[in-house]
Amino acid sequence: MEGSTLKNQQSELQQFRLRLFVASIMALLLAGVLVARFVYLQILRHDHYHTQAEANRISILPIVPNRGLIIDRNGVVLAYNYPAYTLEVTPSKVDKLDETLDELEKIVTITPRDRKRFNKLLEESRNFDSLPVRTRLNEDEAARFAVNRYRFPGVEIKARLFRMYPEDSSASHAIGYIGRINEADLKKLDTEDKAANYRGTDHLGKIGIEQSYENELHGTTGFEEVETDAGGRAVRSLRRQEPVPGNNLVLSIDIKLQKVAEKAFGDRRGALVAIEPSTGEVLAFVSQPGYDPNLFVDGIDQTSWDMLNNSLDKPLNNRALRGQYPPGSTYKPFMALAGLHTNTRSPSYSISDPGYFMLPPSSHHYRDWKAGGHGVVDLQRSLVISCDTYYYGLANDMGAETISKFMDQFSFGKKTGIDVDGELSGINPSPEWKRKRYKQKWYGGDTISIGIGQGYNLATPLQLAHGTAMLANNGVAMRPRLVKAIQEGSTGKIKSLSGEEIRRGNFSMEHLDLVKQAMVAVTKPGGTAAVAGAGATYNFAGKTGTAQVVGIKQNEKYVEANVDERLRDHALFVAFAPAELPRIALAVLVENGGHGGSAAAPIARQVFDYLLLGKIPNTPAPALKEETEDD
Amino acid sequence: MIKQLYDRITEHIDGPLLTFLLIVMGLGLVVLYSASGGGNPDKVFSQARSMLIALIAMWLIANMHPQQMMRLALPIYVFGLVLLICVALFGDVSHGARRWLHVGVTRIQPSELMKLAIPLMLAWFFQRYESNLHWKEFLFGALMLAIPAGLIIKQPDLGTTLLICASGFYVLFLAGLSWKLIIAGALSIAALIPTVWPLLHDYQRRRVLTLLDPATDPLGAGYHIIQSTIALGSGGIIGKGWMNGSQGHLDFLPEPTTDFIFAVFAEEFGFIGNMILLLLYILIIGRCLMITANASTLFARLLAGAITFTFFTYAFVNMGMVSGILPVVGVPLPLLSYGGTSLLTMLVGFGILMSIETHKQLVQS
Repeated sequence: MEGSTLKNQQSELQQFRLRLFVASIMALLLAGVLVARFVYLQILRHDHYHTQAEANRISILPIVPNRGLIIDRNGVVLAYNYPAYTLEVTPSKVDKLDETLDELEKIVTITPRDRKRFNKLLEESRNFDSLPVRTRLNEDEAARFAVNRYRFPGVEIKARLFRMYPEDSSASHAIGYIGRINEADLKKLDTEDKAANYRGTDHLGKIGIEQSYENELHGTTGFEEVETDAGGRAVRSLRRQEPVPGNNLVLSIDIKLQKVAEKAFGDRRGALVAIEPSTGEVLAFVSQPGYDPNLFVDGIDQTSWDMLNNSLDKPLNNRALRGQYPPGSTYKPFMALAGLHTNTRSPSYSISDPGYFMLPPSSHHYRDWKAGGHGVVDLQRSLVISCDTYYYGLANDMGAETISKFMDQFSFGKKTGIDVDGELSGINPSPEWKRKRYKQKWYGGDTISIGIGQGYNLATPLQLAHGTAMLANNGVAMRPRLVKAIQEGSTGKIKSLSGEEIRRGNFSMEHLDLVKQAMVAVTKPGGTAAVAGAGATYNFAGKTGTAQVVGIKQNEKYVEANVDERLRDHALFVAFAPAELPRIALAVLVENGGHGGSAAAPIARQVFDYLLLGKIPNTPAPALKEETEDD
Repeated sequence: MIKQLYDRITEHIDGPLLTFLLIVMGLGLVVLYSASGGGNPDKVFSQARSMLIALIAMWLIANMHPQQMMRLALPIYVFGLVLLICVALFGDVSHGARRWLHVGVTRIQPSELMKLAIPLMLAWFFQRYESNLHWKEFLFGALMLAIPAGLIIKQPDLGTTLLICASGFYVLFLAGLSWKLIIAGALSIAALIPTVWPLLHDYQRRRVLTLLDPATDPLGAGYHIIQSTIALGSGGIIGKGWMNGSQGHLDFLPEPTTDFIFAVFAEEFGFIGNMILLLLYILIIGRCLMITANASTLFARLLAGAITFTFFTYAFVNMGMVSGILPVVGVPLPLLSYGGTSLLTMLVGFGILMSIETHKQLVQS
């Protein structure tokens, strides 16, 4: 009994120890599984997980460079940056956007205009972008939000640099504006391989100099490598690469002159481009009306946008750069030069003007602006009184191809190469051009209209100014420039850009002088711009022009009063001063202004008076009563 | 005099086991300092205090005779069961689980008590019917395990349930549960999975699913597993060095001082550190197995064996979960995780083992 119990106990102990052994082996096997897992994670896949841990830990924060300043030729600041707080919302992080905005409104002023602008941005952007609801918060508002911040996940205050255009609408068409980077911009940056440099940047130049000189103005983005925790908060800085600020631009524009020119227009629409003939520097670049570029910086609100976009005055049209108008009689000095150069006309050759030109066998009358004609007209007089009949004949004698070839050197029909994007090239018509454009044959009548700058002819105010500057500069064409120099943002070194000669005219100085003399006479008593030239203490050369907006049928008389205002003729004037040693050449266009001598020339006179005499006019240039009926 | 006092104090202490325990606990404090962010030793002090209390409890238990423990087995089990029922009826809810019971000023978690009460109870039960163990006794034993387990899983506390079931199962297994029944049981559990699946809580199901493929939910339930495997993997062979773990220090790890402290450790001490820690655990378990194998009564053997393997289970489940081979169940890493309760339970367990080891001569004589 005793023995059997003992034996029983013995076998029981053995069975227990067997079980214990089995369990221990199992445990060891499981420990082996752990070891295998550690080998896999920590030895075999270490590199992979190391990379992931680093990616977790380090984030690279871009440091946006300061955008370059834009200053005028005398150092007046036209675009600068200032720091301010913005209230930004990341829509993807906010559940109920409208309610959140309502709540925010209780803390920070959010006007209906802000809301509209925000909604417009919302449509244009992707959800995970952070969009400004309010910009330029004052200290009070910033503090009030900071206290309530916990209530608004997905809403943040950011300190940002804002672009400011202190001169408002002045020179707006030259300077342009920056705006928020949209999807299309992003794609473009991507294809140009510039996306990396724009990390953290949310604005870029959209138009004008801001756009064309984007590469200079933006600068190089710096970065900071920071260690971040799981919540994305920066814990400490690991490495910092300072940004390189954008370069400053020194414009050719003299903002005071620009303002004189803008003011001279009054509330009339039109354009003026003034160029320093010897350098190509653009002294004034006017397209009226302008707009306030500050509206676009944070995203324009719908109301303002509609107002600008739907206005009949088309303030967003850059008339100086992209407005294409028939040059009208301002084309005649170039025609006269062509006639002399090609020996089609001698200076003394004269015609007897009956008031019309006829091209037999057709009985069609190409009418002169002056019924009954000007009588005996030689080259000088043809310009002074702007005789159409003279130029009908001249064009007919030269032929369209010769004219077109000659006009090419003044950049008619092609871009002048000014340093802003978007320039239109106008039309310098030729039989070949017509064949390509309209698949039509060239008619003799086509040539005749060209002689007086009508017909297929189109030129931008910039082209007219450029061509006039070339005359003023003794036939040497300089590339027109809005930006005169670039100042390196980091070193302050200035690199001059102006003074690039693009070509020399293929005509003699002797012929050019004849044309110039005639143009001076235009501004003297008896000339079409005599009223505008009256009392000038310096000599200036000019040529008036009137461009038809509607065609006038045969046997119909154009009566200004009978024509709808927007269908009236455009008034044009090209000029340079002083005539002997020109410091300025310009082209003025007044849309539907009527006659060049009465509407456009007085504007030029005010600009000249300011530049040459320092006279600041206190009223817009008057639309003068013309003695002669003009051309 | 001093020698006598020293002898009296160490009389029921197992030297090797205590040494290993102290080494691991010391390591625990070092890791905890880093895991709690560094620079703030509050948690380290608080944990050291818990250790001291737990060591005293261990000493008290070690001085208790196994016979006395046998006598307490039934009352403790019944007491624990009653508390569990109370929790189910009017326990505190915290983090969506009803686990705590208010007793005056403090809250207690009765499921913790059951971790020791169950092996104690089962070991006592099998000792009592030692000479006559049939399938009925095993069935009854299983029932004594199933009731508290059922109550705890309802709380819900999957981790504790699994550990309690494991500790109970170890007693049954070591008591000689027939292989046929084990295999049959395993098969029926496998068959039960589709039935139990719909009864699990959403978060429990999600944990299992994300274990199978954490990448399906990298920002949700899979996040913890992904981040802790990154911590381990980026530690490499020698680790990033103490206080240099980026995953731990930059808040990428959930619960870095408790359930995921192993990720902090493995990131900073690497594969070599893991091997050393594993070795220390194996030394502890090995010493416990020696005690178990040499224990003089069935009660002592079963109890010691169950405690030993439960300890192993803790360590394995925690490391398995952190390294991404087991689902995320709330199981602390024994002796390293911050928290007094589990440490107390653990050291009381080791106290029982020491008692068994140091009282066996008395029983034999």
